[in-house]
Amino acid sequence: MLKELWNDAEGGFHPASAPDFLPESALREVQLRRLRAVVSRAYENVELFRSRLNDRRLTPASIRSLEDIRELPFTIKADLRDTYPFGLFASPMTDVVRLHASSGTTGKPIVVAYTREDVEVWSEVMARTLACCSLHRGDIVQNAYGYGLFTGGLGAHYGAEALGATVIPISGGNTDRQIMLLRDFGATALCCTPSYFTHLVERAGELDVDLRELPLRVGVFGAEPWSDGMREHIEAQAGIKAFDIYGLSEIIGPGVASECSQHEGLHVFEDHFYPEIIDPETGEALPDGAEGELVLTTLSKRAMPMIRYRTRDITSIITEPCGCGRTVRRIRRIGRRSDDMIIIRGVNVYPSQVEAALLTVEGTLPHYQIILTRDQGLDQMTVEVEVTAEVFSDKVRALEEVRARIAQAIEHILGIRVALRLVAPRSIERSQGKAKRVIDRRAG
Amino acid sequence: MKLKQLSVFLENRPGQLAAPVQALAQEGVNILTLSLADTTEFGILRLIVDDWERAKDVLEQAGWVVNLSDVVAIGVADRPGGLSEVLTLLAGEGVNIEYLYAFALRRDDKAILIIRFEDPESALQVVLDKGLHVVDGDQLVALVS
Repeated sequence: MLKELWNDAEGGFHPASAPDFLPESALREVQLRRLRAVVSRAYENVELFRSRLNDRRLTPASIRSLEDIRELPFTIKADLRDTYPFGLFASPMTDVVRLHASSGTTGKPIVVAYTREDVEVWSEVMARTLACCSLHRGDIVQNAYGYGLFTGGLGAHYGAEALGATVIPISGGNTDRQIMLLRDFGATALCCTPSYFTHLVERAGELDVDLRELPLRVGVFGAEPWSDGMREHIEAQAGIKAFDIYGLSEIIGPGVASECSQHEGLHVFEDHFYPEIIDPETGEALPDGAEGELVLTTLSKRAMPMIRYRTRDITSIITEPCGCGRTVRRIRRIGRRSDDMIIIRGVNVYPSQVEAALLTVEGTLPHYQIILTRDQGLDQMTVEVEVTAEVFSDKVRALEEVRARIAQAIEHILGIRVALRLVAPRSIERSQGKAKRVIDRRAG
Repeated sequence: MKLKQLSVFLENRPGQLAAPVQALAQEGVNILTLSLADTTEFGILRLIVDDWERAKDVLEQAGWVVNLSDVVAIGVADRPGGLSEVLTLLAGEGVNIEYLYAFALRRDDKAILIIRFEDPESALQVVLDKGLHVVDGDQLVALVS
């Protein structure tokens, strides 16, 4: 796996990146071969998958082309819960070298497994991810994703090592220490969630540390949706290039897709993860370019193959050639998840819409939180927005105007009335991982 | 001649006012005078202190968002009609006041008005032209200690 490392700061690509540049015909050939193998493997070893195929009178031999994947049944998150903990494993425990788990929002977590080969593939796709983010051997990577059951920490760690970069495995949290090490060790790249990075930028300001003067040049941000406005803010404040990366534990963890230097969508490492877009209502496959729910099939996963896993993430596939030269297709940045959707008085609302409204008024993105309550059977939405130095004034009238402008902007985008409360700076809890934007206090 | 006033955003709930005041006390910053503007949802604490630069530092380090604005302190006679005379004079000149707060001194028979003008620069000129008693920062510190 660890081939000779010849990538360096002069810009050579890591050999692991070679599949990113495969000619299309070769790529499709690899995909079909791997798809047939993974379907066979799941059919032979996973009871749930076998019975679903049998119900449809399908066998692995039914897969003769890539298009035939559309005949296969979906896998959904509930399947992982229903078979908790090990029901979807396709390998005996003697071949499983690692377990991870994601924090299910309700009750039991989702458990995922890796064989030694799976860990190698994961390291490879994370090395390709970091290479996409312009990192090389010689870069110092401060990895502030949480180490532990969460896949972010170890995923980025193995990828950075496979790339030949230097890893600082600091894990999440302890922001003052993060800032001290950024300065003392001179990391050139930082991996964390975008919301944690905005918190770090804020704290650095309080400590009078100008991140723009540090060697830090790249931010590798993932695990939650973030807007282009937030990117501009982060890049200006910290003097870095911010890259969006995408992944999910059920598929492998981080390393499914990554932005490149062009910042126009994320390249899917589709020799390992086959992407489809479907209509989330009907399940119908949609053509390239159409927006819908992303469905992924793990083409090479051994311990826990996922066939047509519904991610709940809304995006579309970009087929046009990318300026960076990679041939693997791209997905648009994920602005929302189909299950992020809040329904208030019959209106569909996404947190990203609130974010967009805040950006239009303030120019930067303040910390905010959406609180849902129910008053006499009627849903109420309150948006709490922290007062920033940019909008704060000694005059009551000026603050009331800001409040009204933000409320108007949100109502304009959402089409419903919302209550808007200005709250004290730092009063909204800062996440060390994924930001908690919505608090639903509607009982029942 | 102008004074620096610090303003801090406060939420309208118990304990919110105590925290910044305590932070300043711990660092030995003396509050010369203050006013609190309140609405149903939030308040704005406005402070005149003996060392505004240090006070601003202390508050910002502790995570408050601090606004810095120019105000003018005017000494008036502490007797009926003292305030009225000054306001009439300013109104006559078309000077707009955003808000003001006042306090009486223990000695002298003076009261001090802290005035936030819409346009501090031109207002100060009027105040000086009219021969009003403008109190600068050092004088204010001396007067209240």
